[in-house]
Amino acid sequence: MLDIERWQEIFDTLRKNKLRSFLTGISVASGIFILVILLGFGQGMRNGIEQEFKQDAATSLWVWPGVTSKEHKGLNPGRRITLTNENYNKATALFQEEIEYGSSRVFVNNVAVNYKKESLVYGVQGVSANFQFIENAKMIDGRFINYQDEETTAKVAVIGKKIRTDVFKDVATPIGEYIKLSGIPFKIIGVFTEYEDREEERIYIPITSAQKVFNGGDRVNNMSFTLPAKDNFDEAVAEATRFKANLKSFLQQSHTIAPDDTSGLDVWSAMEEAKRYYGLTNNIKIFFWFVGVCTIIAGVVGVSNIMLIVVKERTKEIGIRKALGAKPWSIIGMILHEAIFVTAISGFAGLIFSMALLEIVGPHIEIDYVLNPSVNFNVAFTTVIVLVVAGTIAGFFPAWRAAKVHTIEALRDE
Amino acid sequence: MIEIKDLHKSYRMGSNSLHVLKGINFSVEDGELVAIMGSSGSGKSTLLNILGMLDGADSGEYNLDGVPIKDLNETKAAQYRNKFLGFIFQSFNLINYKTAAENVALPLYYQKVGRKERQDKSIAYLEKVGLKNWAHHLPSELSGGQKQRVAIARALAAEPKVLLADEPTGALDSKTSYEVMDLIQKINDEGNTILVVTHEPDIAEMCKRIVHLKDGVIVEDKKVEQVRAEQYV
Repeated sequence: MLDIERWQEIFDTLRKNKLRSFLTGISVASGIFILVILLGFGQGMRNGIEQEFKQDAATSLWVWPGVTSKEHKGLNPGRRITLTNENYNKATALFQEEIEYGSSRVFVNNVAVNYKKESLVYGVQGVSANFQFIENAKMIDGRFINYQDEETTAKVAVIGKKIRTDVFKDVATPIGEYIKLSGIPFKIIGVFTEYEDREEERIYIPITSAQKVFNGGDRVNNMSFTLPAKDNFDEAVAEATRFKANLKSFLQQSHTIAPDDTSGLDVWSAMEEAKRYYGLTNNIKIFFWFVGVCTIIAGVVGVSNIMLIVVKERTKEIGIRKALGAKPWSIIGMILHEAIFVTAISGFAGLIFSMALLEIVGPHIEIDYVLNPSVNFNVAFTTVIVLVVAGTIAGFFPAWRAAKVHTIEALRDE
Repeated sequence: MIEIKDLHKSYRMGSNSLHVLKGINFSVEDGELVAIMGSSGSGKSTLLNILGMLDGADSGEYNLDGVPIKDLNETKAAQYRNKFLGFIFQSFNLINYKTAAENVALPLYYQKVGRKERQDKSIAYLEKVGLKNWAHHLPSELSGGQKQRVAIARALAAEPKVLLADEPTGALDSKTSYEVMDLIQKINDEGNTILVVTHEPDIAEMCKRIVHLKDGVIVEDKKVEQVRAEQYV
């Protein structure tokens, strides 16, 4: 490999067979390029899906009541199920050991929201202190609703960042400003930010205030819980699934709903959904790998094909070289050296080009479920090495055969 | 220089065996210019291939410059070819993507001569065959006679003990043939041993000795008065 004379000979040959060298290079470089781009997008989809799930706490579960669709214990289908404070309190008491945070929630409908003389169109929700952790809302100003607010049915509100930008652009901070809900002033105590803009258009007030002030009684619209984090993903999924089943059957019994009636009451587990999506992304990843490996195999076949043609085309030259005193190993060495050099150079060219493309274009891609496609450098590097090694092995046999061809026959070749 | 005793060679053609050389006894002294003649199928090419170590004999002895040539593997044969022999072919056998100078330098590459020295030597030998000004031309830019002269320069570059020419004028018109023979004669005058395989009597007459082969045996071996090619050029 360090034989300078050999290198000069290789460069001479490559320089004087530009088209051949170029085509070999292109087939290798494009193989690597396609593989890296595919792997990059596989990773991008994983990133994108992970991002989608970051908006709520990973271990959260959400209870949504609905309308029963099945007759159960003599009750007709078509009953609207309404959750109550009692349901929530009992559930929390019953599953005290398992729950990390819990909150019920009331959607306050049909209230006019006003700031000074401006009329606002934002959803108002009554939640408890822990809801911040369930929703994964981050405070950027002030504080969230606390236990004290709930106990005293305080007239306080927490607004999303988007509301601050849209409505309170003229004041230094919205904290301490008052908004009126149905004419009742609520003091703003905090601003939160969320992963999704849509969820930043909310106004949170204490659930007790929502129920008392707006005639909510003891009704709640939905309940949400988070479970403590587990080290192991599978364990966390199992825990979430078990908790979901227990919670569901408890609520079904409380409201006399058939156990298989999902429209009457359903529990949505972020963990289970995540698992499904992770399964999906894993399948996508496997598929991309499969396609990528096929591309590489095609590349290797291409390289060995070109090697076969090269050797065939150079049979006479090999005969001449042998007549002039080239040893068989020197012939094999020459052909392999050339093949390794071309595949390595073009392989790395393809690698650098595709990685540069991912680096430059990747962060600007804005498609749902695709985020910052990137590729592990080690994986890509290994792939190039594999291609070079495979190309070498593929090139060895034609080279070996060429070196073994009888000199006289090689010379006779036209 | 060359000593051959009772050389036999046969080729397998399916179930038949074709006996090509049937006991050749033959020796060449230093500085000789020998023509090997014979019709096609007489075994002259086979003999040349064996002399050139491109093919092995079935039985018999072959000594080249006192070295017994026997049971050679490819590597050893390549070494000996590089050290002892220079080839001149009917179809020139130049490498078409290399310039004249690079073609001439190729045997030196396999002798592990350094690049600078290779270049100097190849230019010197091209000058000897009168093609110094064509050193950086590709074979495709040269005429047939020029190509053969490049090939002769290449054969000389390795400074071999023996030059083996297989129909060196076979692809050339008669005027160019004489030019090439003139060059071969001059190289011989300098003391090089040369074997020329040919079927053209006028070319054979330009050598110093003619060996006639027929059906795998030597039927005639005579010294001749050399006809100088110079007069026809």
